[in-house]
Amino acid sequence: MATGVAPPEQLKITDFKGKVDPDWCPGCGDFGVLSAVQKALVELQIPNHKVVTISGIGCSSNFPGFIETYGMHTLHGRALAVATGMKLANHDLTVLVTGGDGDGFGIGGNHFLHTMRRNVDLLYIVMDNQIYGLTTGQTSPTSRVGMKTKSMPFGNIEAPVNPISLALAAGATFVARGYSADQKHLTDLIIQGIEHKGFSFLDVFSPCVTYNHDNTYQWFKPRVKKLEDDPAYDSADWKAAIGKSLLWDDEIPIGKFFERTDVPTLHGAEPVLDKGPLVHHDLRVPIDVARSFIEELM
Amino acid sequence: MKQTFAISIGGAAGQGVATPGDIFAKIFSRRGLHLNAYNAYQSIIRGGHTFLTIRTGPEKVTNMGDRIDLMIPLNQDTIDRHLSLLTAGAACIYNADTIKPGTPGSGVQMCPLPVSKLADITRNKVAQNTLAIGAGLSMMGISFQALEDVLKEQFKKKGDAVVAENVGVARAGYDYAASNFKPFSYPLPKTENRYAILSGNIAMAMGGAAGGVKFYCAYPMSPATGVLHWMAAHARKAGIMVRQVEDEIGVVNMAIGAAHAGVRSMCATSGGGFALMSEGLGMSAMIETPVVVIDCQRAGPSTGVPTKTEQGDLWQMLGAAFGDYPRVIVAPLDIGDCFKVIPELFNIVDRFQCPGIVLCDLLLSEGRLSVDPKDLDFVPPIDRGELISSGNGASPGVSSNGGYKRYLITKSGISPRAIPGVPGHTHTAGTDEHDEDGVLISDEYTNPVKRRAMMEKRMRKMVGIEASVPPPVLMGPRDADVTLIGWGSTKGVIEESCEILREQGILANQLQIRWLVPLHGEAILDLLKGSRHTIIVENNYSGQFARYLRSETSYVPNGYIRKYDGEPFMPHHIVEAVKEQLAGKTKLSVPAHEIMV
Repeated sequence: MATGVAPPEQLKITDFKGKVDPDWCPGCGDFGVLSAVQKALVELQIPNHKVVTISGIGCSSNFPGFIETYGMHTLHGRALAVATGMKLANHDLTVLVTGGDGDGFGIGGNHFLHTMRRNVDLLYIVMDNQIYGLTTGQTSPTSRVGMKTKSMPFGNIEAPVNPISLALAAGATFVARGYSADQKHLTDLIIQGIEHKGFSFLDVFSPCVTYNHDNTYQWFKPRVKKLEDDPAYDSADWKAAIGKSLLWDDEIPIGKFFERTDVPTLHGAEPVLDKGPLVHHDLRVPIDVARSFIEELM
Repeated sequence: MKQTFAISIGGAAGQGVATPGDIFAKIFSRRGLHLNAYNAYQSIIRGGHTFLTIRTGPEKVTNMGDRIDLMIPLNQDTIDRHLSLLTAGAACIYNADTIKPGTPGSGVQMCPLPVSKLADITRNKVAQNTLAIGAGLSMMGISFQALEDVLKEQFKKKGDAVVAENVGVARAGYDYAASNFKPFSYPLPKTENRYAILSGNIAMAMGGAAGGVKFYCAYPMSPATGVLHWMAAHARKAGIMVRQVEDEIGVVNMAIGAAHAGVRSMCATSGGGFALMSEGLGMSAMIETPVVVIDCQRAGPSTGVPTKTEQGDLWQMLGAAFGDYPRVIVAPLDIGDCFKVIPELFNIVDRFQCPGIVLCDLLLSEGRLSVDPKDLDFVPPIDRGELISSGNGASPGVSSNGGYKRYLITKSGISPRAIPGVPGHTHTAGTDEHDEDGVLISDEYTNPVKRRAMMEKRMRKMVGIEASVPPPVLMGPRDADVTLIGWGSTKGVIEESCEILREQGILANQLQIRWLVPLHGEAILDLLKGSRHTIIVENNYSGQFARYLRSETSYVPNGYIRKYDGEPFMPHHIVEAVKEQLAGKTKLSVPAHEIMV
């Protein structure tokens, strides 16, 4: 633990309980994600003040208010951009980004793509419920073709994005999928995602019990199959991961699709940060350097 | 009238207009002369028409002026367009092999160079440019040594042979002019001063480095890209994290993320990119994380004229993002001020934890000016405000929040700001309305009393901001026939217009606005109370500043001078407009730009 000061005692789940209780609908999948994140932080014993939880806007983006860490509840779709700035300015912090499928794959799609290729060292958890919840039930980028919502009452005619294939293609160095109803498995994926040095993408099936009547717990339960249950599956094999990412309908894989550890992180690749986190650097430009800047113009 | 000398070099983009410009600029600055350079160009990488004007002199030169003393057309198009601008005493140096000169005005000296006789044009494609530089300097009475030194520096990377080749060609042009052309009547003087030559973009980037900026990010957009280029090239030496981001939405959010972590963070763009940043500015204000955004205005709307100047973004800045929130807007007055203003603005936004906007424009961003190196102060005062960056003994870990209230309601509206990583101060910064401890008051329960208290807390910061920003001052004689009111980049040209008016018997003074928000409306009214005739001068169609001043103070001036053709004001535009307005001919003058570029 890089705190410099030893914590007085072991951190417990209650230490990560936020100032207010979640206001999600009873039965919402997001409760399971919150609880798994808290368990992972306890497991890793990361002190509260060394964690920043950053979200965009939406039901799941209310997440930072429900966990006791530093938090930022930013703008719709912008959490990854804010988080990149945060990590580059202080790479000692553990950065968690939480949000929904509309926030991440719709309005925030551009940042999603570029944060992955940059290999920013953070864990991005998408609570994917295939619907817009906080705006009371419209089609999302992951809604299936034919799904009827208030915005597409005669059924969705647009193909959904496949977040796992997309992440693999964009160069994410850790790609996984969890299911909020499987706590132990999800907690384990979160721990791996935090420990991974680089961009960790974790898409979590987090059913919306109010607006999504298609992708329910009952729908997911018989379909989800853990990749970890197949001893022959090699998560270092990108092509195998792409193959698995295309499975849907009868069998939907969850677990770690892919991980590679040979790509430098964005903060690790920038020599400006060799001296340690930016936030601790001296504000002043050394006088001889300043003089050389002016000299160039003479 | 002050003694100045202006050279215009014109050609197609890619023909090498910039290099002679740089060489002249270096020679003038090393002679201890001031200079101002303005490049009129288009959004094209090869072709089109580029017209660079460098004006120099022993006193401060603040704008391109009214007169061209020496023109160097590099192609037929340039001489066809601009020969008629030359008046008695001016000269035109051109390639006699390729250019048909046309008919000059009376007293204009035409200087044809037999380029293929003087240089081997099969070996040196830009021989005509180098010959013309040599010839021009000879006519200005500048020693060849000065040119030789600069050519050696300019070409040293390309090896001794290239240096020798260029020095030889320049010498041929120099000697040819000495025996064939008449020198200019006033040889350029020499002083002991030494100046740095820089663009507004470089000045703002360097000002950032001096002011402690540690994070800079941008998406390329003319005319702001020069800030990114300087930052990127100097990032490692200056210890600045510089990133190119996918779009301006990402830019402002990334900058705010870094700022929230506790570093000074800055970004720059032009009007279109700024439009994308708008929502982010509101976030900066709501979560009370300071960030500085530079807007280098270009002629709009939409893609507009990307390579031309305008002061057309004022209302976008005033109205950027929805809702009411404290903001600071400052318009630098010249290129030297572009440097100075950045540390000043950072101190204000750090103290008051709100967004700050620098409203620059293409004229300053891409123009170049001689600046006294003493004015490039790399140790300006730095005030980070009420920043909690260490635990100060607060117990780490489990006791994650010792009752700390990030948005504590205070008299000043300023709440001490703890940055992530500090033990004992965990909190969530939310873009939703929140209570003092950061908990949202917008979801489960809204609370009108708390909402009102938080609005008032944030807006109270404007009182402190106003007190920390000086009111504008009237420049020139108090008892004037006419007061010219401008803002930002027009300072220099209005100043020179006032001098010319005074020489012509019209007593003129100037009120130049630097701080746009807060405006100090009462102080402005007080200053203008005694004015006989007031005219607002600005580079836009609708009189954006005039409308703003009226909305803040109810003040209505006697007249307006506006220009929105993409080109900056020249002194005579303003002088002639003032005279027609004082004669009662009109209240709105829109001067026509005579240089067709």
